Amino acid sequence: MTLIVGASAAGLACAEALRRKGYTGPLTVLGAEEHLPYDRPPLSKQVLSGAWEPARTQLRSAEALAALDATFVLGDPAVHLDVAERAVHTASDRVLQAENIVLATGLRPRTLPGQPTLRTLDDALALRAELQKCSRAVVVGDGVLGAEIAATARQLGVPVTLAGPQQAPMALQLGLPVAGLLAELHSSHGVELRLGAAVTGVEPDGVLLETGEVLPADLTVVAFGSAPATDWLRDSGLALDNGIVCDSRCRAAEGIYAAGDVARWHHETLGTPVRLENRTNATEQGIAVAANILGADQPYTPVPYFWTDQFDAKIHVHGFVGPDVSVVEGSLADRRFVARFHRDGELTGVLGWNMPKQARQHRQELVSPRCPATAATSAPGAA
Amino acid sequence: MKITVDQNKCCGAGTCVLLAPDVFDQRDEDGIVVLLDAEPPAELHPLVREAASVCPAAAIAVTS
Repeated sequence: MTLIVGASAAGLACAEALRRKGYTGPLTVLGAEEHLPYDRPPLSKQVLSGAWEPARTQLRSAEALAALDATFVLGDPAVHLDVAERAVHTASDRVLQAENIVLATGLRPRTLPGQPTLRTLDDALALRAELQKCSRAVVVGDGVLGAEIAATARQLGVPVTLAGPQQAPMALQLGLPVAGLLAELHSSHGVELRLGAAVTGVEPDGVLLETGEVLPADLTVVAFGSAPATDWLRDSGLALDNGIVCDSRCRAAEGIYAAGDVARWHHETLGTPVRLENRTNATEQGIAVAANILGADQPYTPVPYFWTDQFDAKIHVHGFVGPDVSVVEGSLADRRFVARFHRDGELTGVLGWNMPKQARQHRQELVSPRCPATAATSAPGAA
Repeated sequence: MKITVDQNKCCGAGTCVLLAPDVFDQRDEDGIVVLLDAEPPAELHPLVREAASVCPAAAIAVTS
Protein backbone atom coordinates (compact mmCIF):
# COMPACT_ATOMS: atom_id res chain seq x y z
CA MET A 1 0.00 0.00 0.00
CA THR A 2 1.14 3.52 -0.82
CA LEU A 3 -0.37 6.44 1.06
CA ILE A 4 -0.23 9.97 -0.31
CA VAL A 5 -1.01 12.65 2.25
CA GLY A 6 -2.29 15.63 0.30
CA ALA A 7 -4.85 15.58 -2.52
CA SER A 8 -3.62 18.52 -4.55
CA ALA A 9 -1.29 18.84 -7.53
CA ALA A 10 1.74 17.04 -6.05
CA GLY A 11 -0.27 14.19 -4.57
CA LEU A 12 -2.26 13.65 -7.73
CA ALA A 13 0.83 13.73 -9.95
CA CYS A 14 2.53 11.18 -7.70
CA ALA A 15 -0.50 8.88 -7.80
CA GLU A 16 -0.75 9.12 -11.59
CA ALA A 17 2.96 8.54 -12.07
CA LEU A 18 2.90 5.47 -9.81
CA ARG A 19 0.20 3.94 -12.00
CA ARG A 20 1.87 5.01 -15.25
CA LYS A 21 5.10 3.42 -14.15
CA GLY A 22 3.39 0.15 -13.37
CA TYR A 23 2.55 0.21 -9.66
CA THR A 24 -0.49 -2.03 -9.17
CA GLY A 25 -0.73 -2.06 -5.37
CA PRO A 26 -3.34 -0.29 -3.26
CA LEU A 27 -3.15 3.47 -3.36
CA THR A 28 -4.80 5.88 -0.92
CA VAL A 29 -4.87 9.65 -1.24
CA LEU A 30 -5.74 11.53 1.94
CA GLY A 31 -6.96 15.13 1.63
CA ALA A 32 -7.70 17.74 4.30
CA GLU A 33 -10.28 19.48 2.14
CA GLU A 34 -13.58 17.99 1.00
CA HIS A 35 -12.78 18.65 -2.65
CA LEU A 36 -11.37 16.28 -5.22
CA PRO A 37 -8.01 17.49 -6.58
CA TYR A 38 -8.33 21.00 -7.97
CA ASP A 39 -5.93 23.53 -9.36
CA ARG A 40 -4.77 26.50 -7.32
CA PRO A 41 -3.26 28.98 -9.82
CA PRO A 42 -6.71 29.88 -11.24
CA LEU A 43 -8.02 30.73 -7.76
CA SER A 44 -6.51 34.22 -7.69
CA LYS A 45 -7.38 34.84 -11.33
CA GLN A 46 -10.23 33.03 -13.12
CA VAL A 47 -12.10 31.94 -9.98
CA LEU A 48 -11.71 35.24 -8.14
CA SER A 49 -12.81 37.14 -11.24
CA GLY A 50 -15.79 34.85 -11.78
CA ALA A 51 -14.62 33.90 -15.29
CA TRP A 52 -14.59 30.24 -14.26
CA GLU A 53 -17.13 28.21 -12.37
CA PRO A 54 -15.39 26.45 -9.48
CA ALA A 55 -15.83 23.05 -11.17
CA ARG A 56 -13.50 24.15 -13.96
CA THR A 57 -10.58 24.02 -11.51
CA GLN A 58 -10.96 20.24 -11.12
CA LEU A 59 -7.66 18.74 -12.15
CA ARG A 60 -9.10 15.52 -13.57
CA SER A 61 -12.42 14.29 -14.86
CA ALA A 62 -14.40 11.72 -12.89
CA GLU A 63 -13.43 9.12 -15.50
CA ALA A 64 -9.73 9.88 -15.17
CA LEU A 65 -9.92 9.65 -11.38
CA ALA A 66 -11.79 6.36 -11.58
CA ALA A 67 -9.15 4.97 -13.93
CA LEU A 68 -6.52 5.84 -11.34
CA ASP A 69 -7.94 3.12 -9.09
CA ALA A 70 -7.07 5.04 -5.93
CA THR A 71 -9.07 5.50 -2.74
CA PHE A 72 -9.62 9.17 -1.98
CA VAL A 73 -10.19 9.90 1.70
CA LEU A 74 -11.25 13.55 1.77
CA GLY A 75 -12.12 16.11 4.41
CA ASP A 76 -9.96 14.34 6.98
CA PRO A 77 -6.71 16.14 7.80
CA ALA A 78 -3.66 14.16 8.87
CA VAL A 79 -2.76 14.94 12.48
CA HIS A 80 0.13 12.62 13.30
CA LEU A 81 2.79 10.55 11.55
CA ASP A 82 4.29 7.51 13.21
CA VAL A 83 7.56 7.04 11.34
CA ALA A 84 8.48 3.68 12.89
CA GLU A 85 5.06 2.17 12.17
CA ARG A 86 4.76 4.10 8.91
CA ALA A 87 1.25 5.13 9.87
CA VAL A 88 -0.72 8.34 9.54
CA HIS A 89 -3.40 9.25 12.07
CA THR A 90 -6.20 11.55 10.94
CA ALA A 91 -8.54 14.04 12.59
CA SER A 92 -11.35 11.48 12.53
CA ASP A 93 -9.15 8.84 14.21
CA ARG A 94 -8.42 6.84 11.09
CA VAL A 95 -5.05 5.10 11.11
CA LEU A 96 -3.61 4.50 7.65
CA GLN A 97 -0.55 2.29 7.42
CA ALA A 98 1.55 1.92 4.29
CA GLU A 99 4.88 0.65 2.98
CA ASN A 100 5.50 4.03 1.42
CA ILE A 101 4.11 7.38 2.51
CA VAL A 102 4.30 10.56 0.45
CA LEU A 103 3.92 13.82 2.34
CA ALA A 104 2.38 16.48 0.10
CA THR A 105 0.49 18.70 2.50
CA GLY A 106 1.47 21.99 0.87
CA LEU A 107 1.39 25.35 2.60
CA ARG A 108 -0.52 27.20 5.26
CA PRO A 109 -0.94 30.88 4.52
CA ARG A 110 0.26 33.36 7.12
CA THR A 111 -2.80 35.17 8.36
CA LEU A 112 -3.96 38.15 10.36
CA PRO A 113 -6.81 37.39 12.75
CA GLY A 114 -10.19 37.92 11.15
CA GLN A 115 -8.85 38.92 7.71
CA PRO A 116 -9.42 36.90 4.55
CA THR A 117 -6.62 35.23 2.64
CA LEU A 118 -6.53 32.98 -0.40
CA ARG A 119 -5.23 29.44 -0.39
CA THR A 120 -8.20 27.19 -1.01
CA LEU A 121 -11.14 27.13 -3.40
CA ASP A 122 -13.45 28.01 -0.51
CA ASP A 123 -11.20 30.98 0.34
CA ALA A 124 -11.40 32.20 -3.25
CA LEU A 125 -15.19 32.06 -3.37
CA ALA A 126 -15.49 33.80 0.00
CA LEU A 127 -13.05 36.50 -1.07
CA ARG A 128 -14.93 37.03 -4.32
CA ALA A 129 -18.12 37.70 -2.35
CA GLU A 130 -16.27 40.15 -0.07
CA LEU A 131 -14.72 42.02 -3.00
CA GLN A 132 -18.11 42.48 -4.60
CA LYS A 133 -19.42 44.42 -1.63
CA CYS A 134 -16.36 46.38 -0.54
CA SER A 135 -15.66 50.01 -1.40
CA ARG A 136 -11.86 49.85 -1.06
CA ALA A 137 -9.63 46.84 -0.62
CA VAL A 138 -6.07 46.82 0.64
CA VAL A 139 -4.04 43.79 -0.41
CA VAL A 140 -1.26 43.20 2.11
CA GLY A 141 1.60 41.43 0.39
CA ASP A 142 3.64 42.33 -2.69
CA GLY A 143 4.56 38.82 -3.85
CA VAL A 144 2.96 36.78 -6.64
CA LEU A 145 -0.33 36.12 -4.84
CA GLY A 146 -0.80 39.68 -3.61
CA ALA A 147 -0.05 41.16 -7.03
CA GLU A 148 -2.45 38.72 -8.73
CA ILE A 149 -5.24 39.42 -6.25
CA ALA A 150 -4.77 43.18 -6.67
CA ALA A 151 -4.89 42.85 -10.46
CA THR A 152 -8.01 40.68 -10.42
CA ALA A 153 -9.80 42.91 -7.90
CA ARG A 154 -8.99 45.98 -9.98
CA GLN A 155 -10.37 44.28 -13.10
CA LEU A 156 -13.58 43.71 -11.15
CA GLY A 157 -13.75 47.48 -10.69
CA VAL A 158 -12.77 47.45 -7.02
CA PRO A 159 -10.61 50.36 -5.80
CA VAL A 160 -7.44 48.60 -4.65
CA THR A 161 -4.30 49.49 -2.73
CA LEU A 162 -1.35 47.09 -2.84
CA ALA A 163 0.90 47.31 0.22
CA GLY A 164 4.16 45.60 1.02
CA PRO A 165 7.76 46.14 2.03
CA GLN A 166 9.46 45.82 -1.37
CA GLN A 167 10.27 48.64 -3.78
CA ALA A 168 8.09 47.08 -6.47
CA PRO A 169 5.67 44.15 -6.64
CA MET A 170 7.40 40.79 -6.99
CA ALA A 171 10.85 42.43 -6.84
CA LEU A 172 12.22 39.27 -5.25
CA GLN A 173 10.94 37.00 -8.04
CA LEU A 174 11.44 39.30 -11.05
CA GLY A 175 14.39 41.51 -10.14
CA LEU A 176 13.95 45.25 -9.83
CA PRO A 177 14.00 46.37 -13.46
CA VAL A 178 11.17 44.02 -14.46
CA ALA A 179 9.31 44.48 -11.17
CA GLY A 180 9.40 48.21 -11.94
CA LEU A 181 7.56 47.50 -15.19
CA LEU A 182 5.02 45.49 -13.25
CA ALA A 183 4.56 48.45 -10.88
CA GLU A 184 3.88 50.66 -13.91
CA LEU A 185 1.40 48.15 -15.23
CA HIS A 186 -0.51 48.12 -11.95
CA SER A 187 -0.45 51.91 -11.67
CA SER A 188 -1.68 52.33 -15.24
CA HIS A 189 -4.69 50.19 -14.38
CA GLY A 190 -5.45 52.22 -11.30
CA VAL A 191 -3.97 50.08 -8.53
CA GLU A 192 -2.68 52.35 -5.77
CA LEU A 193 0.80 51.14 -4.88
CA ARG A 194 1.91 51.81 -1.33
CA LEU A 195 5.15 49.91 -1.25
CA GLY A 196 8.39 50.15 0.68
CA ALA A 197 6.76 50.15 4.12
CA ALA A 198 5.91 47.14 6.23
CA VAL A 199 2.36 46.62 7.45
CA THR A 200 2.21 46.50 11.24
CA GLY A 201 -1.47 45.90 11.88
CA VAL A 202 -5.07 46.18 10.86
CA GLU A 203 -7.24 48.93 12.36
CA PRO A 204 -11.03 49.15 12.16
CA ASP A 205 -10.79 51.66 9.29
CA GLY A 206 -7.74 50.40 7.44
CA VAL A 207 -4.25 49.03 7.40
CA LEU A 208 -1.53 50.47 9.63
CA LEU A 209 1.96 50.91 8.18
CA GLU A 210 5.21 51.12 10.11
CA THR A 211 5.32 54.79 9.15
CA GLY A 212 2.15 55.40 11.20
CA GLU A 213 0.11 55.96 8.05
CA VAL A 214 -3.25 54.22 7.82
CA LEU A 215 -4.37 52.99 4.39
CA PRO A 216 -8.15 53.25 4.35
CA ALA A 217 -9.95 50.01 3.59
CA ASP A 218 -13.15 48.20 4.37
CA LEU A 219 -11.58 44.94 3.18
CA THR A 220 -8.06 43.79 3.98
CA VAL A 221 -6.75 40.80 2.07
CA VAL A 222 -3.74 39.04 3.52
CA ALA A 223 -1.21 37.62 1.06
CA PHE A 224 2.13 37.97 2.78
CA GLY A 225 3.46 34.51 2.46
CA SER A 226 2.90 31.09 3.80
CA ALA A 227 4.69 28.37 5.68
CA PRO A 228 5.08 24.67 4.92
CA ALA A 229 2.19 22.73 6.46
CA THR A 230 4.32 20.72 8.87
CA ASP A 231 2.64 21.47 12.21
CA TRP A 232 1.18 17.98 12.24
CA LEU A 233 4.69 16.49 11.90
CA ARG A 234 6.24 18.26 14.89
CA ASP A 235 6.18 15.16 17.07
CA SER A 236 7.06 12.76 14.24
CA GLY A 237 10.83 12.92 14.65
CA LEU A 238 11.31 13.94 11.01
CA ALA A 239 13.75 16.78 10.44
CA LEU A 240 11.76 19.98 9.86
CA ASP A 241 13.55 23.14 8.82
CA ASN A 242 11.57 25.42 6.53
CA GLY A 243 9.86 22.32 5.19
CA ILE A 244 10.36 18.59 5.46
CA VAL A 245 14.09 17.99 5.09
CA CYS A 246 14.78 15.38 2.41
CA ASP A 247 17.76 13.89 0.65
CA SER A 248 18.36 14.32 -3.08
CA ARG A 249 15.79 11.56 -3.75
CA CYS A 250 13.09 13.55 -1.88
CA ARG A 251 13.23 10.97 0.90
CA ALA A 252 12.68 12.14 4.48
CA ALA A 253 13.08 8.71 6.10
CA GLU A 254 12.98 5.08 5.03
CA GLY A 255 9.73 4.70 3.07
CA ILE A 256 8.74 8.33 3.65
CA TYR A 257 9.00 10.94 0.90
CA ALA A 258 7.89 14.53 0.43
CA ALA A 259 6.75 16.42 -2.67
CA GLY A 260 5.57 19.89 -3.57
CA ASP A 261 5.53 23.10 -1.53
CA VAL A 262 6.21 21.27 1.73
CA ALA A 263 9.42 19.49 0.65
CA ARG A 264 12.91 20.90 1.17
CA TRP A 265 15.27 18.57 -0.56
CA HIS A 266 18.94 18.55 -1.50
CA HIS A 267 19.22 19.77 -5.10
CA GLU A 268 22.37 18.07 -6.34
CA THR A 269 23.03 20.37 -9.29
CA LEU A 270 22.68 23.51 -7.19
CA GLY A 271 24.44 21.82 -4.27
CA THR A 272 22.03 23.25 -1.73
CA PRO A 273 18.72 22.48 -0.01
CA VAL A 274 15.82 23.90 -2.02
CA ARG A 275 12.11 24.33 -1.41
CA LEU A 276 9.99 25.60 -4.28
CA GLU A 277 6.51 27.05 -3.99
CA ASN A 278 5.31 26.73 -7.52
CA ARG A 279 2.81 24.76 -9.49
CA THR A 280 5.20 22.99 -11.85
CA ASN A 281 7.39 21.81 -9.02
CA ALA A 282 4.43 20.19 -7.31
CA THR A 283 3.80 18.02 -10.35
CA GLU A 284 7.40 17.28 -11.26
CA GLN A 285 8.39 16.43 -7.73
CA GLY A 286 5.36 14.18 -7.35
CA ILE A 287 6.50 12.32 -10.45
CA ALA A 288 10.09 12.14 -9.22
CA VAL A 289 8.94 10.67 -5.90
CA ALA A 290 6.86 8.05 -7.70
CA ALA A 291 9.93 6.98 -9.68
CA ASN A 292 12.05 6.75 -6.54
CA ILE A 293 9.42 4.74 -4.68
CA LEU A 294 9.63 2.28 -7.55
CA GLY A 295 13.41 2.08 -7.27
CA ALA A 296 14.68 4.62 -9.81
CA ASP A 297 17.13 6.10 -7.28
CA GLN A 298 17.25 9.37 -9.24
CA PRO A 299 18.16 12.76 -7.80
CA TYR A 300 15.53 15.43 -8.37
CA THR A 301 17.22 18.38 -10.09
CA PRO A 302 14.59 20.60 -11.70
CA VAL A 303 14.97 23.96 -13.35
CA PRO A 304 12.54 26.08 -11.30
CA TYR A 305 9.71 27.66 -13.28
CA PHE A 306 6.71 29.81 -12.52
CA TRP A 307 4.34 32.05 -14.37
CA THR A 308 1.91 34.78 -13.47
CA ASP A 309 -0.87 36.51 -15.40
CA GLN A 310 -1.66 40.09 -14.40
CA PHE A 311 -3.75 42.44 -16.55
CA ASP A 312 -2.40 41.90 -20.08
CA ALA A 313 0.99 40.57 -18.93
CA LYS A 314 1.92 36.91 -18.99
CA ILE A 315 5.24 36.60 -17.20
CA HIS A 316 7.22 33.36 -17.23
CA VAL A 317 10.43 32.78 -15.31
CA HIS A 318 12.73 29.79 -15.76
CA GLY A 319 15.59 29.45 -13.30
CA PHE A 320 16.41 32.37 -11.03
CA VAL A 321 16.72 36.08 -11.66
CA GLY A 322 20.25 37.40 -11.15
CA PRO A 323 21.93 40.76 -10.75
CA ASP A 324 22.77 41.30 -14.43
CA VAL A 325 19.85 41.51 -16.83
CA SER A 326 19.82 41.91 -20.60
CA VAL A 327 16.90 41.97 -23.02
CA VAL A 328 17.64 39.53 -25.83
CA GLU A 329 14.35 39.48 -27.77
CA GLY A 330 11.59 42.04 -28.18
CA SER A 331 11.68 45.26 -26.20
CA LEU A 332 10.61 46.71 -22.86
CA ALA A 333 8.81 49.51 -24.71
CA ASP A 334 6.61 47.00 -26.52
CA ARG A 335 5.89 45.15 -23.28
CA ARG A 336 6.95 42.00 -25.08
CA PHE A 337 10.44 40.68 -24.41
CA VAL A 338 12.74 37.94 -23.23
CA ALA A 339 15.33 38.87 -20.61
CA ARG A 340 18.29 36.77 -19.55
CA PHE A 341 19.81 36.99 -16.10
CA HIS A 342 23.46 36.38 -15.28
CA ARG A 343 25.54 36.17 -12.15
CA ASP A 344 29.33 36.28 -12.48
CA GLY A 345 28.94 35.72 -16.20
CA GLU A 346 26.84 32.57 -15.78
CA LEU A 347 23.27 32.32 -17.03
CA THR A 348 20.96 31.91 -14.02
CA GLY A 349 17.52 32.50 -15.46
CA VAL A 350 15.29 33.54 -18.34
CA LEU A 351 12.20 35.71 -18.13
CA GLY A 352 9.53 36.15 -20.77
CA TRP A 353 7.03 39.02 -20.70
CA ASN A 354 4.27 38.12 -23.15
CA MET A 355 6.75 35.82 -24.93
CA PRO A 356 6.21 32.40 -23.28
CA LYS A 357 7.33 30.29 -26.20
CA GLN A 358 10.50 32.27 -26.80
CA ALA A 359 11.37 32.24 -23.08
CA ARG A 360 10.94 28.48 -23.01
CA GLN A 361 13.28 28.17 -25.98
CA HIS A 362 15.97 30.09 -24.10
CA ARG A 363 15.40 27.83 -21.13
CA GLN A 364 17.13 25.04 -23.02
CA GLU A 365 20.46 26.68 -22.21
CA LEU A 366 19.69 26.48 -18.49
CA VAL A 367 18.92 22.84 -18.77
CA SER A 368 21.44 20.21 -17.96
CA PRO A 369 20.65 16.65 -19.08
CA ARG A 370 19.08 16.32 -15.65
CA CYS A 371 16.34 18.88 -16.22
CA PRO A 372 12.94 17.73 -14.93
CA ALA A 373 11.36 16.93 -18.26
CA THR A 374 14.23 14.98 -19.69
CA ALA A 375 15.03 13.35 -16.36
CA ALA A 376 11.46 12.14 -16.14
CA THR A 377 11.66 10.48 -19.51
CA SER A 378 15.09 8.96 -19.06
CA ALA A 379 14.52 7.62 -15.57
CA PRO A 380 14.77 3.84 -15.43
CA GLY A 381 11.32 3.57 -13.85
CA ALA A 382 9.66 5.78 -16.46
CA ALA A 383 6.89 4.25 -18.50
CA MET B 1 -5.12 7.39 -28.33
CA LYS B 2 -7.03 10.63 -28.82
CA ILE B 3 -5.68 13.90 -27.43
CA THR B 4 -7.63 17.06 -26.76
CA VAL B 5 -6.21 20.37 -25.54
CA ASP B 6 -8.02 23.23 -23.86
CA GLN B 7 -6.45 26.43 -25.19
CA ASN B 8 -8.42 28.51 -22.69
CA LYS B 9 -6.81 26.67 -19.79
CA CYS B 10 -3.30 26.56 -21.25
CA CYS B 11 -0.86 28.83 -19.42
CA GLY B 12 1.90 28.62 -22.02
CA ALA B 13 4.46 26.81 -19.88
CA GLY B 14 5.53 24.63 -22.78
CA THR B 15 6.24 21.57 -20.66
CA CYS B 16 4.33 19.48 -23.22
CA VAL B 17 6.61 20.70 -26.01
CA LEU B 18 9.70 19.84 -23.98
CA LEU B 19 8.41 16.29 -23.62
CA ALA B 20 6.74 15.60 -26.97
CA PRO B 21 7.72 18.14 -29.63
CA ASP B 22 6.24 15.98 -32.39
CA VAL B 23 2.80 16.22 -30.80
CA PHE B 24 2.67 19.68 -29.23
CA ASP B 25 3.85 23.14 -30.17
CA GLN B 26 3.17 26.67 -28.92
CA ARG B 27 1.81 29.67 -30.81
CA ASP B 28 4.57 32.20 -31.44
CA GLU B 29 2.44 35.17 -30.38
CA ASP B 30 1.19 34.01 -26.97
CA GLY B 31 2.69 30.61 -26.21
CA ILE B 32 -0.67 28.83 -26.18
CA VAL B 33 -0.58 25.12 -27.02
CA VAL B 34 -1.02 23.91 -30.58
CA LEU B 35 -1.86 20.26 -31.10
CA LEU B 36 0.20 18.94 -34.01
CA ASP B 37 -1.02 15.36 -33.88
CA ALA B 38 -4.24 14.41 -32.10
CA GLU B 39 -3.73 10.69 -32.69
CA PRO B 40 -0.02 10.07 -32.40
CA PRO B 41 1.66 6.71 -33.01
CA ALA B 42 1.94 4.22 -30.16
CA GLU B 43 5.62 4.87 -29.47
CA LEU B 44 4.76 8.41 -28.40
CA HIS B 45 1.93 7.43 -26.03
CA PRO B 46 4.07 7.25 -22.87
CA LEU B 47 5.45 10.73 -23.50
CA VAL B 48 1.99 12.11 -24.25
CA ARG B 49 0.61 10.65 -21.01
CA GLU B 50 3.53 12.19 -19.16
CA ALA B 51 2.84 15.54 -20.84
CA ALA B 52 -0.83 15.41 -19.87
CA SER B 53 0.08 14.63 -16.28
CA VAL B 54 2.81 17.25 -16.02
CA CYS B 55 0.85 20.09 -17.67
CA PRO B 56 0.65 22.76 -14.95
CA ALA B 57 -2.74 23.96 -16.22
CA ALA B 58 -4.33 20.52 -16.69
CA ALA B 59 -5.06 21.57 -20.26
CA ILE B 60 -4.33 18.22 -21.94
CA ALA B 61 -6.76 15.31 -21.87
CA VAL B 62 -6.01 11.87 -23.25
CA THR B 63 -8.51 9.13 -24.01
CA SER B 64 -7.33 5.70 -24.96
